[in-house]
Parts: sequence; structure tokens; C-alpha cells
Amino acid sequence: MKRWSGRLLTMFVIAGLVPAVVAWAEYADVTINTQSEAEGVAPVIFPHWFHRIRFQCSVCHVDLDIRMGAGTTGITMEKLIDGQYCGACHNGNIAWSIDNCDLCHSGRPGLETGVKGGHETMGPGLY
Amino acid sequence: MRRTRAIILLIVLSALASAVVGAGNWQSLKDDGLHDPSNPAIGVLQEPGAALSVLAPDGAGNKVDWVQSLQQGLIAPRPSLDGDKEPEIRETRVVMKNTYPMLYVTFPHKPHTQWMSCEACHDRIFVPQVDANPINMGKILEGEYCGLCHGAVSFPLTECNRCHNTNPASLGGESVVTGEGAQ
Repeated sequence: MKRWSGRLLTMFVIAGLVPAVVAWAEYADVTINTQSEAEGVAPVIFPHWFHRIRFQCSVCHVDLDIRMGAGTTGITMEKLIDGQYCGACHNGNIAWSIDNCDLCHSGRPGLETGVKGGHETMGPGLY
Repeated sequence: MRRTRAIILLIVLSALASAVVGAGNWQSLKDDGLHDPSNPAIGVLQEPGAALSVLAPDGAGNKVDWVQSLQQGLIAPRPSLDGDKEPEIRETRVVMKNTYPMLYVTFPHKPHTQWMSCEACHDRIFVPQVDANPINMGKILEGEYCGLCHGAVSFPLTECNRCHNTNPASLGGESVVTGEGAQ
């Protein structure tokens, strides 16, 4: 029994030595609040990791003309309803339709427009 | 008794292992500092750990080796909205020699063209001509050129050796394009 508790103690010590590494999956989550809160809805969060599993980069950044700069494309709900940008997929056909407001407008209040993640680009001192 | 101990040991070790490499290792949406935990979307949206824990692991960035994940067929991102476009894969590598005191940079077209079409980079980010692009690390760190993606959605800029990977045959000299299809 004594041997057993000794072994248990050793395991706890080893467990304590393993660093609590948490990966930040958002890693270029794009947050957009150019108009959202002013219009009375929560800021938008676009997860790159989710979309890149399903589509290559150029589908959005070339074919759908979405620029690489948070908030610079000039996306509005009117354009999405017209089938532009996110609306090219989120139409109930390829992906869920845009009447599921909460699924995009899910950001915390006051969230600023930008690219968020464990590693960020667009400026020094963020690596 | 011995067997019971062994089983308990196995359970504890597997729990420990899953805590280190498993799905719980990615920040959940409600704790990521971005999502509003009270938003009804939490619980509906896919959790990062559920998707990323089955992909090829990496030690940097968000712990996913995205190129390996694609090349191993763990993911098959569509090249167009309806998936009917054939990706245009290029095998050429561009060796950039103006990198002193670091090793030369070899840029591989293959993994890049597996992820995106030529138009994503050419000509709006890079002129398709050797030594025609005034790239330097300062600009990359500011989010220009390679830094548009690397550090954001692709492996971070702290991974120097992944680009600076080519031993110089001689110092200086013009950059070259090598590989199948090079002109």
C-alpha cells in the first residue's frame, strides 16, 4: 500500500511538471464590429480555422473578393442577402442561412474589429 | 491486486495524456475572450477542440500542421464554392539569397498552391519575377508579403528555420527558381 501511494505521489509530481499548454484555436479569428453594435446586434466573429477545413483560401479571398484586412471589405447585411461575400455560402444551400443571426453575431460587447489569436500579424510586438 | 493497480495506472496515464494532447487542449469558445458566453450560439457552434484534435499536430501556432493535414488527406478543402475546379499545383521552388546573415529562404510553391490559386498572391502581393519583390523581415513582421498569412493563419514568424532552411552555396548572388516547370 505504501509503495502504491508513493507511485501515486510520483505521478502527481510528474503531472505538475507538465506545463498547462492551452492552444488558442482562434488563431486569426476575425472580429468585426464596424457597424454591429451601433445597429444593436452583437459583434461578428469569423473563425478562420473552421472555414479553412472546408474551403481553400482563394475561394473567399479571390473568388468572393473578401480582403485580407479586418473590416476593410465593407460587408453589410444587404450585400449578404444579395448573395455577396458570406452570403455566397450562407444561403441555406451550401451553409446555414443568414437568418441564424446569433451564429455570427456572437461576440462579447465592446469587441473591437481586428484579427485575434495566439499569434497576430498586422503590427509589431504581437508575436 | 497487481492487475487492478495496472488498470488504475493506465486510466490515470491516459487521462494525463488526453489532458496534454487531447481536445481539451484548445480553448473552448465560451472561454476564448471573444465569444459572449451567454450567446445562444455557444453549444451550437463547433468547438475548436472537436475539429482540431484529429488533425496533424504541430508545436507552434494553433498546434495544427495545416499543410500536413491537407497532404495526409485529413482535410480536403474545396478549391471552389461548388468544388468542381481543379487546383493548379506548381512544383517550383524559389530560392531567395538576399538573406544574410540568415540561411537562404526556399519558398515551395507546392504546399502554397495546394491551399490557394495563383491569383491569391500573383500579382497583387508578389510580382511573379525573381528578385522583383522588395521583401524584408521588417515588412513581413508588419503584416506585408509572407506576413499577410504567416503569423495569422499559417505558421508563425517565430519559426525562422522553416523558411530560412537552405545552406548558401555562396554569399550574395541572384535568387533562382528551381524544380519541375522552372524556366
